[in-house]
Amino acid sequence: MSQHTHDHGHDHRHPPQPDIDSEPMGYYQIMGAALGELLIEKGVITADELRATIELIDSKSPEGGAKVVARAWTDREYKKRLLENGNATVDELGIEMPDTHLVVVENTDTVHNVIVCTLCSCYPRMLLGLPPDWYKAHAYRSRVVHEPRAVLGEFGTELPDDTEIRVHDSTADMRYLVLPRRPDGTEDMSEKELVELVTRDCMIGVTLPKAL
Amino acid sequence: MRGIHDLGGLPAGPVDQAEHEHGYWEKRIDGIRLLLADKKRRLITVDEMRRGIESLGKDVYDKLSYYECWTASVTGVMLEKGVITTDELGRKMAEVEERDKARFEGG
Amino acid sequence: MARFASGDKVLVRKAYPPGHVRTPWYIRGKSGVIERICGEFGNPEELAYGRDGTPKQTLYRVRFAQNEVWDGYAENPKDTVDIEIYEHWLEPVA
Repeated sequence: MSQHTHDHGHDHRHPPQPDIDSEPMGYYQIMGAALGELLIEKGVITADELRATIELIDSKSPEGGAKVVARAWTDREYKKRLLENGNATVDELGIEMPDTHLVVVENTDTVHNVIVCTLCSCYPRMLLGLPPDWYKAHAYRSRVVHEPRAVLGEFGTELPDDTEIRVHDSTADMRYLVLPRRPDGTEDMSEKELVELVTRDCMIGVTLPKAL
Repeated sequence: MRGIHDLGGLPAGPVDQAEHEHGYWEKRIDGIRLLLADKKRRLITVDEMRRGIESLGKDVYDKLSYYECWTASVTGVMLEKGVITTDELGRKMAEVEERDKARFEGG
Repeated sequence: MARFASGDKVLVRKAYPPGHVRTPWYIRGKSGVIERICGEFGNPEELAYGRDGTPKQTLYRVRFAQNEVWDGYAENPKDTVDIEIYEHWLEPVA
């Protein structure tokens, strides 16, 4: 085996920055690094493809979903299309979802939606980025499906007793985005200003957007 | 048998809302998995990766972090398929570990 | 062709095989109503073992009443849970 040669496409400094590399690598970090290097040496993937994929992961954030929600709040036809055909309609804003099907679920004055994946961590990553730790953790996945109000309460969200809560368990090929209700008092706000109100957690359905 | 991953309805404590920034090693295994699954390669499906995680055993599944589980599973599937061999992996892991240790020596 | 239509009442099979299954434990044996047909997708039970996932399965979103899913459901009796379920896990309910 030839000596490993670094591809300097990614940021790889010696000596390391103490802030990011101050602990020795753990067993699985070593395994992951070794796997990556072997796959590159064998030509299964290239260092450039890996760098570009990590860039793509980094480029996804809740801002994408927030733009979709703000557009739906301000454009009735867009909202109608969004609820009927999620993928094609987010694509209008430059968000591609090649592998999964987007189902947008709308909160109303009588219905509140909340998203979970009880089996793993299915999440609309192209719209929201990587899921938060709690979304992937046992407590959320176990509980939100059978005591949603109690879990929402832990996030500081209190809903009227007669609100119907719809839990969506993402078990297969669909991905879900909650379309929250536009907060009262935002009638004069522009689409761009509205984007600022739409948080990741209100698109998962554990909180509600608030007028600033 | 109820799978170790099949959590809906089980008793659990409060939701810990603490979050962490993803480290490079976490995004790296995520990126590796995406590349291995893409249309060019088709070396792993999302369901193969999930099966690998579900097969880790409860003690391991509960103990490992999210991307540690991914690493164990994706690596396992690559071994199963002969994309890499156990011997290659063992040697490369030793090399990575030595390199990492060297960072802390003679500084 | 899809065996069920939107609005049909269905029962989730009570089956407990080993392997990679995307039908949550808590919903097996429960009945609900087809909310929509999602389309046809590779069968994850096959894809999990590196096979090609054929024959494809029709996937449905099924809506269940929470107070029928959980004994002693403590919240609003109108609450529901929607779950994606593949056709081979569903039986018709008369």
